[in-house]
Amino acid sequence: MKDTSLFHKALTISLEEHPYIEDFLNSFGLDVEPGPNSLQQYLDNLDPDKLEDLGINYQQLCQSLNDFLAGMLTLKEPLDKVDSLTIIGGRDKSGNAENIDLVLKPGEVICIVGPTGSGKSRLLADIEWVAQGDTPTGRKILINNQVPDSKWRFSTEHKLVAQLSQNMNFVMDLSAEEFIRMHAESRLVTNPEEKVAQILKQANQLAGEMFHPDTPVTSLSGGQSRALMIADMAILSKSPIALIDEIENAGIDRKKALDLLVQEEKIILMATHDPILALMGDRRLVIKNGGINKLIESSEAERKNLKSLEELDNKLLALRNRIRSGETLEEI
Amino acid sequence: MRFLTVSGPPSSGKTSVILRVIEAIQAREKKIGVVKFDCLLTEDDKLYAKKGVLVKKGLSGALCPDHYFVSNIESCVTWGHEHNCEYLISESAGLCNRCSPHINEITAVCVIDNLSGINTPRKIGPMLKSADIVVITKGDIVSQAEREVFASRVKQVNPGAIIMNVNGITGQGAFELTSLFEEASDIETLKGKTLRFSMPAALCSYCLGETRIGEEYQTGNIRKMDI
Ligand SMILES: Nc1nc2c(ncn2[C@@H]2O[C@H](COP(=O)(O)OP(=O)(O)OP(=O)(O)O)[C@@H](O)[C@H]2O)c(=O)[nH]1
Ligand SMILES: Nc1ncnc2c1ncn2[C@@H]1O[C@H](COP(=O)(O)OP(=O)(O)OP(=O)(O)O)[C@@H](O)[C@H]1O
Ligand SMILES: [Mg+2]
Ligand SMILES: [Mg+2]
Ligand SMILES: [Zn+2]
Ligand SMILES: [Zn+2]
Repeated sequence: MKDTSLFHKALTISLEEHPYIEDFLNSFGLDVEPGPNSLQQYLDNLDPDKLEDLGINYQQLCQSLNDFLAGMLTLKEPLDKVDSLTIIGGRDKSGNAENIDLVLKPGEVICIVGPTGSGKSRLLADIEWVAQGDTPTGRKILINNQVPDSKWRFSTEHKLVAQLSQNMNFVMDLSAEEFIRMHAESRLVTNPEEKVAQILKQANQLAGEMFHPDTPVTSLSGGQSRALMIADMAILSKSPIALIDEIENAGIDRKKALDLLVQEEKIILMATHDPILALMGDRRLVIKNGGINKLIESSEAERKNLKSLEELDNKLLALRNRIRSGETLEEI
Repeated sequence: MRFLTVSGPPSSGKTSVILRVIEAIQAREKKIGVVKFDCLLTEDDKLYAKKGVLVKKGLSGALCPDHYFVSNIESCVTWGHEHNCEYLISESAGLCNRCSPHINEITAVCVIDNLSGINTPRKIGPMLKSADIVVITKGDIVSQAEREVFASRVKQVNPGAIIMNVNGITGQGAFELTSLFEEASDIETLKGKTLRFSMPAALCSYCLGETRIGEEYQTGNIRKMDI
């Protein structure tokens, strides 16, 4: 949908209303200043030779600007609500039918367990691709009981799935605060400053050791980066489905992390080997030889054991903290 | 024959991505040809040959590899067609950030990687800005948020493109990319087609082999900085 009036307003107004237009033009090496001229006049007055030097021509620039503005409009639209996600079974690596129809609801946590190479990532990829029998597993994914619009597949604005992968490295030369601000801006959130502060605060609550907003992302510890990414996902991501690959590995408060993510009424699928996380899930999918082999509902007995597991875990945590602060463990 | 041009900065993962796509296409029992353009040296042809696809290699030597590309690609397409390839893929390394091999009506793919820095998408010219599909590699090395920030920087300079993350090593995303390759335009020849963007005029004395420095040796298309 093209908003043509935008092209005829004075730049003073259009740049104020849509500040990202300036950044867009800058990214092509063009400068723009507020003034009485309209965006259309600005574009028409660009020197073709200068554009050629910049490696772009008038038509392409206008086309890109239109596409860009359309993308920004999409970002502002509310996301279609996801009330259910259905996985219709396909076949395992040997071609045996999976025989499963699984319906997942928002607020639910499903754990995915299975040995290396069994197909956990493939299941997550099927969901991300909203497979329609067109992947090696032959699975089909329905959203709200329907074959979803294929826009989910390539949309960068409205991603169906946000993935928290195992890798938490950074390469960008930015401080934690600058990085989160850039991420927030790219998602066009309202009140970016407030969101940034909220994310940094949450991250510091999850991480074992505190970090300052000025810390370069590249020097965060493993636990700090992970905490930052979990807080970032919980607060910035609007995707209705979250895929998490093993959050147990680093020094963060796992239970708090999971609680933070679940708050947002997402459907959460989590690959894990950690017994506490596995028992915190409502159900567990067991993957074997490329297929969903079993579905386990966490039982009452398991939930009871969760309590003692958590006590064990807290005990270990306390010991870890004592080691950290230089105590000895002759008495435990 | 489906023909696609794949380009991207050096070492961005072009060959790795094409190899993963080739594996997926071969699973569908289709015949594939690849043409690799480079400047001085490449070992990519050997990697392709190992996969059992038909390979041609072109080294531009003293010429801009993209200028060399455009003078040779028509015969390469004819070659692929005569050998009954169902897919022909050209790989060319973008070396000057200003030239681009992309051709109107031919599916154009640009491969860039997450490690190249947040300003790189702005610095790359028509090779990225006029591509139909942008493949971002090496996502396994960075966090989810950094992938998103990088993708949004790409989106800013090419908002019309389909942007995909593909892992050149494990092939994650390659299956999905292949489904886009299947939709590439079906052609027999490049006769009558045009480049998406003109290549810069590089016709000064230095293009012709001059090595001496000084005003008196500079002839042809010369441009001076404001000092
Ligand atoms: N970690 C990681 N490494 C990758 C990925 N894709 C490619 N690489 C590595 O990056 C290096 C360069 O990859 P190539 O595929 O040769 O890159 P290219 O663009 O074809 O390079 P030239 O043709 O020489 O310009 C290789 O060592 C690859 O293994 C990826 O997704 N993740
Ligand atoms: N049902 C299936 N049919 C055919 N191939 C499959 C099937 N399921 C998985 N595969 C393939 O098996 C390989 C291994 O699967 P995957 O990477 O998903 O394993 P994983 O459980 O995530 O392993 P890890 O624990 O090492 O991460 C992949 O190439 C995947 O495409
Ligand atoms: Mg995996
Ligand atoms: Mg290569
Ligand atoms: Zn060039
Ligand atoms: Zn020259």
